[in-house]
Amino acid sequence: MTAFLIRRLGFAVITLFAVLTLVFVLVRIVPGDPAQVILGDQASREAIEALRERLGLNLPLYHQYVVFVWGALGGDWGTSMMTGRPVIQEVLNVLPWTLELTFLSLVIGVVIGVPLGVAAAVRRNRFTDYAARIGSLLGLSFPPFVSALLLLLAFSIGLHWFPVISAKSGSLSAWVESITLPAINLGLITAAYITRVTRSAMLEVLQEDYVRTARAKGVPWSVVVWRHALRNALIPVITIIGLYLGILIGNSVLTEIVFSRPGLGKLIVGALNQRDYTMLQGMMVIYTLVVVLVNLATDIAYGIADPRVKFK
Amino acid sequence: MSEALSPTRAILKSTLRAFNTNKTSWVGLVIFVIVVLAAIFAPWIAPLDPLDQNVMLRLKPPSEDNWLGTDYYGRDIYARLVYGARISLIIGLASTALSMVVGSAIGMIAGWRGGRLDTLIMQLMDILLAFPSLILGLIIVAMLGPSMTNIIVAIALTSIPPFARIARAPTIAMKEREFVDACRALGFSDTRILLGHILPNILPEILVMGSLWLANAIRTEASLAFIGLGVKPPIPTWGGMIREGFENILDSYWLVLAPGTAILIVVFALNLLGDGLRDAIDPKLKGEA
Repeated sequence: MTAFLIRRLGFAVITLFAVLTLVFVLVRIVPGDPAQVILGDQASREAIEALRERLGLNLPLYHQYVVFVWGALGGDWGTSMMTGRPVIQEVLNVLPWTLELTFLSLVIGVVIGVPLGVAAAVRRNRFTDYAARIGSLLGLSFPPFVSALLLLLAFSIGLHWFPVISAKSGSLSAWVESITLPAINLGLITAAYITRVTRSAMLEVLQEDYVRTARAKGVPWSVVVWRHALRNALIPVITIIGLYLGILIGNSVLTEIVFSRPGLGKLIVGALNQRDYTMLQGMMVIYTLVVVLVNLATDIAYGIADPRVKFK
Repeated sequence: MSEALSPTRAILKSTLRAFNTNKTSWVGLVIFVIVVLAAIFAPWIAPLDPLDQNVMLRLKPPSEDNWLGTDYYGRDIYARLVYGARISLIIGLASTALSMVVGSAIGMIAGWRGGRLDTLIMQLMDILLAFPSLILGLIIVAMLGPSMTNIIVAIALTSIPPFARIARAPTIAMKEREFVDACRALGFSDTRILLGHILPNILPEILVMGSLWLANAIRTEASLAFIGLGVKPPIPTWGGMIREGFENILDSYWLVLAPGTAILIVVFALNLLGDGLRDAIDPKLKGEA
């Protein structure tokens, strides 16, 4: 188990380094001088030189690289070119919004997706199965911003059940109002993925010998399905949820834009529009960190749940 | 798959069989072909000019002259929708083709060579796979500028790993088969064995993956355009139309409804097509979303 953990940890570190390097290179191949971009065409040579010095752009490349990686590992992700505040502070300001949205949508996804997937597998090739398969395929096909727009059109603009723009307010009812539609939007798409994975994992497990044995010795069918089969089917489901995180992050960005919700999505799009490169760079690092950590956690959970894994 | 058949015939046969196993594939294929034809024959299907502005006809709801209404500049939405299909399809097909070729080549080389090179390549692929693809695409396009080539490359880059994975496993399995030994004994070069004898055997799976990733590429292109990283206006793109329509969503819902439905239909059709075929050619693969 220790060897397995060390290997996974090593891989996580390598991934992090690779992405940091990629980010570094990407930011440097941008056409144009960042200092020039920030100050505009009218800026004097001295002003540009001064800013280059402040941003560390006049250092040799390898020096910039070391400074960047060292800073990133120590939690210093630079200063926003636009607001002048540290990137980490800007991110921490909106992180709770994104976290509560993704967490809630994962919960919705699991609560809808797992039972639906199990039901579809148990009633294979019957109405429930077809409905679940078509429904989940439709869910996968929705670009998240299109489904978000439909929800917005129907429930905010048409029925006036929810505000069009999520308000920042302390009261519980305002919170519920602002998060319901975004969470439903992301949750349903997440449910579509989970339904499909659960269904195929269950189909495989239900063919196993121990399921037949359990039935043969008189264990009630519902206990076989929910206790014996589902427990084993959940292992691939957990892995897929870990892999799905990257998609979920992208989807949450689009959802946040449509519902004008504060969060990492709005932050990254704002940085894009203002060409705030340090901000973009910092956010890439954060996204990578999150993805690497979650994948590491899934790997470990997987290794604990299934002893065979660590021998691979 | 029988190795006795010529490669082309083997592929044709298995394709037809796959289509007939799962009838929903036909539905997906028919819808997709209709969209492709509409894009090719756009000037005949949509007589109005998608770029023609008319201030007198701003934000008009659907009518007899403008079947799907007009946008903020008085341009015909139906015409923009039909012409917009071209951009979606060109970017989708080009980026998928690119990632399919590069990804399969990487996967086949990794599987064929094995050893350290294999480990290294696949770890690189895992790293690329771990990264949120929309964010990566978004940053690449933002950095390099939203030209059509850059968008194609960005989308292609994010979808290389799945193709590498799907090409690698069967290559490893096939490496040990007798017909490959026979090819070696005949003195065939590695390239010839890979391209002439292994590729035809793994091509069906790669093509099926291709249809699913084409759906994904079209969705990603629309998402990028919606964020503002699409092909430059006034060229109509579906994502760009939604972006423009979003500003007037409170009173002109048709601006976002038409392109939104178009994206959904195309992506759903491709998913139906790919999903049905995948079920048919390899029941084991069903789980991977």
